[in-house]
Amino acid sequence: MNWKNAFSTSIGKKLQMSLTGLFLIIFLIVHCYINAQIFYNDGGVRFTEAAHFMGTNFVIRTIELGLFAFLILHSVQGLLLWAKNRARRNTRYAVNAGNSTSKWYSRSMALLGTLVLLFLVLHLSKFWGPNRLSQTTGNGELDLYTMMRDEFQVTWVVIVYILGCIALGWHLLHGFYSAFQTLGLGTHRYKGIIKGIGVAFSIIVPVIFALMPVSFYMGWVS
Amino acid sequence: MNLTLKVWKQKNKNEKGHFETYQVKDISSEMSFLEMFDVLNEQLVAEGKEPIAFDHDCREGICGMCSMHINGRAHGPWHHTTTCQLHMREYKNGDTIVVEPWRANSFPVIKDLVVDRTSFDRIIEAGGYISVNTGNAVDANALPIEKQKADEAFAAAACIGCGACVAACPNASAMLFVSAKVSHLALLPQGDPERKTRAVNMIQQMDKEGFGSCTNIGACEAECPKGISLENIARLNREYIGAVFSGSGEGA
Repeated sequence: MNWKNAFSTSIGKKLQMSLTGLFLIIFLIVHCYINAQIFYNDGGVRFTEAAHFMGTNFVIRTIELGLFAFLILHSVQGLLLWAKNRARRNTRYAVNAGNSTSKWYSRSMALLGTLVLLFLVLHLSKFWGPNRLSQTTGNGELDLYTMMRDEFQVTWVVIVYILGCIALGWHLLHGFYSAFQTLGLGTHRYKGIIKGIGVAFSIIVPVIFALMPVSFYMGWVS
Repeated sequence: MNLTLKVWKQKNKNEKGHFETYQVKDISSEMSFLEMFDVLNEQLVAEGKEPIAFDHDCREGICGMCSMHINGRAHGPWHHTTTCQLHMREYKNGDTIVVEPWRANSFPVIKDLVVDRTSFDRIIEAGGYISVNTGNAVDANALPIEKQKADEAFAAAACIGCGACVAACPNASAMLFVSAKVSHLALLPQGDPERKTRAVNMIQQMDKEGFGSCTNIGACEAECPKGISLENIARLNREYIGAVFSGSGEGA
């Protein structure tokens, strides 16, 4: 079986979702670590230093291209799979099992993913987009710290960010475990550990992210 | 007890189905769900009406023939139970029960509650076998098999191919079934020679039959009357990855 076929069967597509998902999880860790520098409350010195590295380092910028490719692949493949899977049952049940046999967030990955994607469009248009535009047009890097401080004074922006983090948390709660299950690691020896780390990750990372706008809004970080 | 049943009636694969409402009286709590259907069918025959077609065979929970999606649950609400082992003590006088066939495009309705599950047979044909030379049977103890592996293979082999996993899966995926069949053979030395081609061929056949893809939701495991674990799906994924990376599994 060649590589192209290997990734185009139903398990192959699962593997695409799993591997891109794991890459996005690694990205989340890096992104969270860099942005958490604001909690030093040093007027953004450490954060700006880290942001400068991330925005100008050649290796990081190359990986960034991969990140977007994987993000698009994950989103498009996910939505295609959702549409295909829905079409596997033309006559729907009159009565559904609902939450008695499965978790709502496991059944709603496409919806949660779409919410995260919509949030990302807003998020990128606020920070990443203007910064890269300014860099490419030769005007240098923008002061992201000041931009964050200003943006997060607006109530609706803070609320949308919190909602985005909640959607991300639910998406991760299924996604983290699911990615490892797809790689064949969900067996007795690892299942408990993976589920445990997955739950912790899905709570800790989105909470740290959500604390960023909240901290600026409440004036905990200035 | 007296019950109201809303049962799916469908003439054949091509006709559109609909629900019919029936009243059944004096149902004993000792009856199985299928016996309650027998009573209803006798009543329908006595009234000169057409009885409801439903699948059944052993009526002791081991053959995998009975199906029925009862009030939204494959094989009804009891854990690790087939429809024939579901008993009427679950219900109260005056209850309304909605009974539907397994719903999946790969399981077309033959009539009423009977669905065509031959897609499972074709998946088995694609790889659910081992090659054994003819001649005398080898002594059963000649091949050393680790106890844990033997137990896991046995647990996977408990799959009766009823299709509840497909019926319960929001994606109509057959992964739990395929994973049980692949695991059962992959864990044993007898299944080793075809190990790589088996995983790939059975997956390709599963896709060809039009089953959905697995998104690790877990409704299959919750509804499986034989308690087949999701760990088998992890093992199937691992078998598949192993076949792909070793360059085997070219397919027959």
